[in-house]
Amino acid sequence: MAVIRLTLTGFLLLLMAGMVHAGAIEVREFDDPVMEQRYRSLTASLRCPTCENQAINDSDAPVSRDMRDRVYEMLMADRADMEIRDHMVERFGNYVLYNPRLEGRTYLLWGLPAGLVVLGGILVVLVVRARRNASARALSVEERARLDALINRGRTP
Amino acid sequence: MTRRLILLLPLIGFLVLSVFLYQGLSLNPFHRDSALMARDFPAFNKETLKDPEQRVDESLFLGQVTLVNVWGEWCPECKREMPQLLDLADRGIRLVGISYKDTREKGMGFLQDFGDPFEVNIFDPEGDLSFELGVYGAPETFLVDREGIIRYHHTGYISPEDIRKHILPEVGKWQ
Repeated sequence: MAVIRLTLTGFLLLLMAGMVHAGAIEVREFDDPVMEQRYRSLTASLRCPTCENQAINDSDAPVSRDMRDRVYEMLMADRADMEIRDHMVERFGNYVLYNPRLEGRTYLLWGLPAGLVVLGGILVVLVVRARRNASARALSVEERARLDALINRGRTP
Repeated sequence: MTRRLILLLPLIGFLVLSVFLYQGLSLNPFHRDSALMARDFPAFNKETLKDPEQRVDESLFLGQVTLVNVWGEWCPECKREMPQLLDLADRGIRLVGISYKDTREKGMGFLQDFGDPFEVNIFDPEGDLSFELGVYGAPETFLVDREGIIRYHHTGYISPEDIRKHILPEVGKWQ
């Protein structure tokens, strides 16, 4: 019984902590659901510069609040998503993007997985071909004939 | 012989990757170069902390190497940093402050309590100039050369060691 009560209390506390946390981030009203969607996805795709890996839509840091304000202002001023992202990168660097862009310093990041897959594919082809050659090469014509003779000897009385 | 070498390739690849990743361990995850490096100090036109009648703009940085320090009364690390800034001012380096998200009274009180190494303080109560600079916490310090271009960025508290190892050499480089 005590255990259940304890668990329940713990659960309630967790729930309350969650509510307090949610309360720290302002709620914005949008008339246009598309705008709201864009705001959500933008603030979820920008990383808070002071926090260890938190998006600005989920962070209480003052700079995240300023960034959310700026995203909102720019959305209201009819700026494109791309422009808003560029605006943040110009100030806070590539760090704020969860999805790094393809450019000089990120070629390795983008290219390595694809490169490894291609390399793996080449390796598989090479191994398969080597095996096929090996099995074809395993018996010469005379050996094959002798083997056949040996196998057939038992069959023909 | 070539077969042997091919067999060694994964090992070589592994070693190269290990060295690469091992170097990553010694990087400070909080250190990032400013996105404004080698770019002009953002344009602004602001009141000074001391005098609402007096306005300053980016021409403030022309002709002299300047350390721009972003500070706030609410920031404990800024208090810890103050003796180092006073030391830099004593060495004849020009310091300009940005009073970040403070009221005038609090900002002035801070300077009274902890000393004032700044030639002038730019009043930035909303933090919009600091936002243009990509400031994500205080203290942060920028080195601006005599053409008004940002040349160095220090995030966080400046220790006496930082002065010796980073600040003085950088200032010397651009003077």
